[in-house]
Order: sequence, then structure tokens, then C-alpha cells
Amino acid sequence: MTSTTALHAKHLEAGAKMVDFFGWDMPISYGSQIEEHHAVRRDAGMFDVSHMTIVDVTGNDAKAYLRYLLANDVEKLKDKGKALYSGMLNDEGGVVDDLIVYHFDNTNYRLVVNSATREKDMNWLKACADGFDVTITQRSEFAMIAVQGPNAKDKAATLFSDAQKEAVAGMKPFFGVQAEDLFIATTGYTGEAGYEIMVPTERAGEFWQGLLDAGVTPCGLGARDTLRLEAGMNLYGQDMDETVSPLAANMGWTITWEPQDRNFVGRSALEAQREAGTDKLVGLVMTDKGVLRHGQNVRTENGDGVITSGTFSPTLGHAIAMARVPAGVGETVEVEMRKKWVTVKVVKPSFVRNGKSVL
Amino acid sequence: MSNIPNDLRYAATHEWVRPEGDGVFTVGISEHAQDLLGDMVFVELPDEGDKVSTGDDIAVAESVKAASDIYAPISGEVVAVNEDLEDSPELVNSDSYGDGWMFKIKADDASEFEKLLDAEAYENSLDED
Repeated sequence: MTSTTALHAKHLEAGAKMVDFFGWDMPISYGSQIEEHHAVRRDAGMFDVSHMTIVDVTGNDAKAYLRYLLANDVEKLKDKGKALYSGMLNDEGGVVDDLIVYHFDNTNYRLVVNSATREKDMNWLKACADGFDVTITQRSEFAMIAVQGPNAKDKAATLFSDAQKEAVAGMKPFFGVQAEDLFIATTGYTGEAGYEIMVPTERAGEFWQGLLDAGVTPCGLGARDTLRLEAGMNLYGQDMDETVSPLAANMGWTITWEPQDRNFVGRSALEAQREAGTDKLVGLVMTDKGVLRHGQNVRTENGDGVITSGTFSPTLGHAIAMARVPAGVGETVEVEMRKKWVTVKVVKPSFVRNGKSVL
Repeated sequence: MSNIPNDLRYAATHEWVRPEGDGVFTVGISEHAQDLLGDMVFVELPDEGDKVSTGDDIAVAESVKAASDIYAPISGEVVAVNEDLEDSPELVNSDSYGDGWMFKIKADDASEFEKLLDAEAYENSLDED
């Protein structure tokens, strides 16, 4: 069974190359994925992300439930609309999924979780809700479009009503606001400014067309992957999964340890992992010819590791990767590429922000 | 359906071969192959003067998606390589049968060309994929 988004016809109309993405028929590119990548870094691009799952959590215990469910602490969220990135862990301290949670008030939150894990996530959300007075509602009546790039906000605003323009005026990064029929958030997966916009499915095609007419370049999953990797953002199922600790996935910053009496799922396992030490997710850079790829073996002076995500970086013009390696590796490691061992540089797992190299 | 010119011959591994006269043959990859690979980022070519045998992996086409070996479709000596691909690997995408050519081989036995697939046979081989 293949699912399609409300924008499926628009993708076919544009002649997109379609692929199966965890049961969804999605565009991988509309032509050149490198050109799409550059459009986001230099101007404005858009992605159909309607396959992601929107879940509202409401009720008297909504806050207490999320403080139990998530490794990050929604207690930090004071302002209306403020968003938080968090892992959702299992009892063994592995990552069930990563997600964004928006806070409206202490009884009303919105989560956006991955598409690849929709059913597993819904089951997990419900299983963890035992004993909490919460209602968990999947909002499949919305399509979602990410508009990203230095000119993305201006171009998207050409489709906004006066009320919507006013609602987003001066909105800081990582906020979301419901403005008339749109939910507009200053979030993304590219390392550029822009919006993620939830739009009622019946208006999705028209909104997408409006963005096209405003000069926004449609971009597929191919460009989405090279953009997120340049930005040092994890891809669930590749850089971490249920068997991987967030401490070994560069997600330590998303764990809120204090207050110590906040019990969240996976806490005791996580404390033991912290005590024992874990592998680390690092960035790799190779300026020689060739491309670092997912699954390639890594050799370090402290033991072996593996590349979790690798690609050619269109912005930098050479290969970059994220690799899980033993803690405390030096400035270089060796990667096995096409039967040869190549020395590559170790960096923090972040390569490009706002169109510029951060190496 | 992708473009498969009738005046070329093909290897099942997606290389195309064009006779240039004097036993010299130009080699590239088919439009179908470049479409499968997607945006090309590096092309590693053999050296001029290399002696190659049919089926040897002598070049690598590396795209954003994958690295793919290019095989010698004919035995002989490499007499030219397309140096433009060093700076513009995307020529393989934009003009796979023209400016995106990869190397030229002076064949040991020019009749080897006749044993390659014609356009129809190559197209049929794609249908079987």
C-alpha cells in the first residue's frame, strides 16, 4: 500500500522523479537535486513534508505527560508557540523517534514526528499515556510545506493575509503560530531561515502553486538530505534509532537532566550510559575526490566506527559525513572507500549554516 | 523512455560506443544510466596510454547518490580522455552522448564493436531490469 500526500498531483505535474519513501510516493527531485540544493542556500526552495505526522496532545495532564514522555523538558517552554526539539526514548535509552513539540499552553501541545515511524510512534504515544488525563489526536487534515532559504520568508509572505503577516512579524526562530487557516512555524531541516507551514489539505495544491508563482523552487528528498546533512541534523533510522543512545547521536544537548526528580522514559538507562561512556557522533570532511557514504567502515586509534550519513556537499564542493566512533578520537580517522583506506579530518558534526561554511 | 541513439552500440553495463574511424571508439554512459545515477559530482578517468581489456573497470562515475564502475566495452589502448569532466562532471547528465563522453579507445580488434548491443537490443535489456 502506497500513500500519497495532498500535493502528489503537483509533483507529477512538475515531472518529478518519484520514489517510495517508507510507504509514501514522494519526489526525490524535479530535475537536478544539486540545483535544488543551491536554490535553498541562495534563494528559496520548498519541500512537501506532508508525510510527517502531526499529533496534538491536549488535556489537564498534557504537560506532565510530555515531561514523562520526552528526554527534553517542556517545562522550559514558557512563551506561547515556542518549540523544542527532543528525543523520545525507550526504557533502554534508545531513540524511538526525534520530534518537535510546540507549546500553546500547559494543556495544549502539538508534536511533529517522523513519517517513517508513524505507526510505531502513535502506539508509543498511547502506551506512555497510561494514567495521564490526555487526548492524543493525529491531525491528518493538514498538509505541510517547508519553505526554506534566505528569501523564503519574503516569498512565502506574498501568500499571507494581513492577519497572517502580522502574526509572523518579528517571530523568532523555533516558534509556531496558528494564523487563520495556516499554522506557520519558524522551523526547518536545512540550516536556513524559513517556515514550515501547515495548510488544510484542500488548499494545499493552491498554496503550493502560489509559492511556485512567487519563484520558490520545488525541491525533493534528495536535496532535503544533502541540506540537512550540511546543517549537521540527524536523520532518524540512519544516524540514530531504537538501539542507539542519544549520547551517541550528538543529542546530548536535547537531554534535560535537571531537575533530577523528573522521571522520564529511559532516564535510568541513560544515566547508566552516561556513567559508562558511549560512542560519539562526529563530523568527517574529505577534500579529496570521492564521496563518503552511509555504511563505510571507519578506523580510529580507539577502535572501529561507521559512517551513518555521508554525501557530497554541494555548498562546500567536497564530501562530508557523520560517523559514530569511539569517544576521544584524534584529528583524523581512516575511512574504507572502495577497498582503500583514506585519511579524513574529524570535525564537529555541523558543516554549513545560513549559506556559509562553518568548518 | 530515455533516448537511445540508433547509430551507437551499447554494453549491457550501460556504456555507449561510437566508432570514430581508424579503429578508434568513443565511450560514455547512456542517458538511462546517468538518469539512474543522478547528479554527477566526480568522474575518475583512466590515463591515456592505459591498455585495457573488455570488461575491466577503468573509470568511476560518482554521483550524489552512488559510485558506479565504468567498464571497458572494447579491448585496446586509451588514446584520449575527456578532461572537461574534471571541472564539469555534470556534462554527463546534461549531454551524455555528446560533451559528456568519457574516453576513447584504439581497439585491438575493431570487429569487437559488432558484438555489442544495438539500440534495440539495449532497449530490450532495460525492459528486463
